[in-house]
Amino acid sequence: MTLMNEPVNRQENRKKYCRFQKHRIKYVDYKDPDFLLKFLNEQGKILPRRITGTSLKFQKRVAKAVKRARQIALLPYVADGLK
Amino acid sequence: MKVKNYEAVFIISPVLSEEQIKEAVDKFSSLLKDSGADVYHSEDWGLRKLAYPIEKKSTGFYQLFEFKASPEVIAKFELELKRDERVLRFLTVSLDKYGVEYNERRRNGLGKKSETKTEEVA
Repeated sequence: MTLMNEPVNRQENRKKYCRFQKHRIKYVDYKDPDFLLKFLNEQGKILPRRITGTSLKFQKRVAKAVKRARQIALLPYVADGLK
Repeated sequence: MKVKNYEAVFIISPVLSEEQIKEAVDKFSSLLKDSGADVYHSEDWGLRKLAYPIEKKSTGFYQLFEFKASPEVIAKFELELKRDERVLRFLTVSLDKYGVEYNERRRNGLGKKSETKTEEVA
């Protein structure tokens, strides 16, 4: 037995990417709450782009779409255990 | 004035009968048509659960209109929606070229499929 740290088989650190740019999605639809749910946390708050990897351009559009979906009661403003 | 593409979603009170809902929807679509708008698509989402209660109601009938109109029509349309007690909430959005394209695909039932497919890959 050695005191050397054993190599940890971690998965390679994959680089974050913007899913909109990768899949060429140009329009973020506020009428699709299931899709928007990917950008929210359990409480219904919008996740920052440092976590989702969304580009600035699309983060703005996501935020707008989420706010519109909230207005028309497709998404809640506050929630508990949304997912 | 330049004609733009719009879409409007509104929630009708669930306490009404089906006939009354139909009447309300007809009222708004005829209002748009009379003021010179071209309503090229309307969609009935049926009774849906609201994400939070509005006017102490937890469900509502959703109706979607897609239309081409000049901006002056919107003010008139929204005023009428505000005045109507049967309408719980409404949202009118002007569409850019990507929005129009997306709605076209959505109507054909392709938009959603391709999007979910791509998401699975992600």
